Amino acid sequence: MEQNESSQGELESTLKDHANKLVDSLEHGNFAEAIQVIYELNQVRDRGLYQEVGKLTRELHNAIVNFQIDIHGKHAQEMSQINDATHRLNYVVEMTEKAANRTMDLVELSAPLVNGLSDEALQLREEWARFMRREINADGFRDLAKKVDSFLGRVDQDSSQLSSYLNDILLAQDFQDLTGQVIKRVTALVTEVESNLVKLVMMASHVDRFAGIEHDQAEIKAEAEQQKDSSRGEGPQMHADKRDDVVSGQVDVDDLLSSLGF
Amino acid sequence: MKILIVDDFSTMRRIIKNLLRDLGFTNTSEADDGTTALPMLQSGSFDFLVTDWNMPGMTGIDLLRAVRADERLKSLPVLMVTAEAKRDQIIEAAQAGVNGYVVKPFTAQVLKEKIDKIFERVNG
Repeated sequence: MEQNESSQGELESTLKDHANKLVDSLEHGNFAEAIQVIYELNQVRDRGLYQEVGKLTRELHNAIVNFQIDIHGKHAQEMSQINDATHRLNYVVEMTEKAANRTMDLVELSAPLVNGLSDEALQLREEWARFMRREINADGFRDLAKKVDSFLGRVDQDSSQLSSYLNDILLAQDFQDLTGQVIKRVTALVTEVESNLVKLVMMASHVDRFAGIEHDQAEIKAEAEQQKDSSRGEGPQMHADKRDDVVSGQVDVDDLLSSLGF
Repeated sequence: MKILIVDDFSTMRRIIKNLLRDLGFTNTSEADDGTTALPMLQSGSFDFLVTDWNMPGMTGIDLLRAVRADERLKSLPVLMVTAEAKRDQIIEAAQAGVNGYVVKPFTAQVLKEKIDKIFERVNG
């Protein structure tokens, strides 16, 4: 970086020096010297440009090495960390999907057990109430006693089954630990890639400066805007509670819709 | 009551299907985006559409517009259940003629409330 600044300083001071010399020579009608000055100016600019392109190339090479892509290898694409990150994120998608399905399977297995117990309890309660009101004869009572006995057996069996389902639901959440680790690693990689790219962009901007290239910022911005299309959807919003253009929950949605006459 | 659930994630379809079953709606079908949903709507006699917004192929908002533009489907009640939370998007959905809008993550209670409200209005 320091080297960059010094070479830019050199460019600027040479430019100033030579500009004065050029005006001087021209005013004195010394065209040969003027041409010489222009030639020297060109040389300084070219040298700077070559230096910056050289640096950019080296930096690009370093960046590629940093990305650990073997550009000469047969499996260059499979070897890249980005590719690895893609695999890792797919793994997260698979793990979370599997956990969600496993949890829902267990909930679907549990629900009929709970409903069955609750239905039978309700039925027994009605019969028990009739017994308490002395509306049941001896035969009826024997029948009721059998039902109570079988119900107690069922409660014992089904509740231990339910408890094992609940345990399995708990265990199905173990993906969080694994996916959390994977996501943290991928986040670190993205940060690293970004900082390498920023370095490259800075290098490239030095080249632009020596070469006198100007980019149309408005056009770049317009292009980026165009790529955003709200009807495609954006997925979940982050920091919704700190932003005005985003609702922070169902209450906000309902307020907004009712303000629109819903 | 025949309901079509449209979401690109099978787990979300399953959650909504389970919640609807708890609410007494057992006749449900599923589609994974607007492109597959639209022909199903056009050929099957669905009474209600629950759709996500962000899906590959045809999005939920485009599906909603297609439904409203279809002579036979235009009065079909549509509930959007989505993670899209920008005010502009909710306004866009309202203008496109959505009947209800639920943001993810949501609760069973919220889903029930919105469905009840929609049918109250449709029947009333």
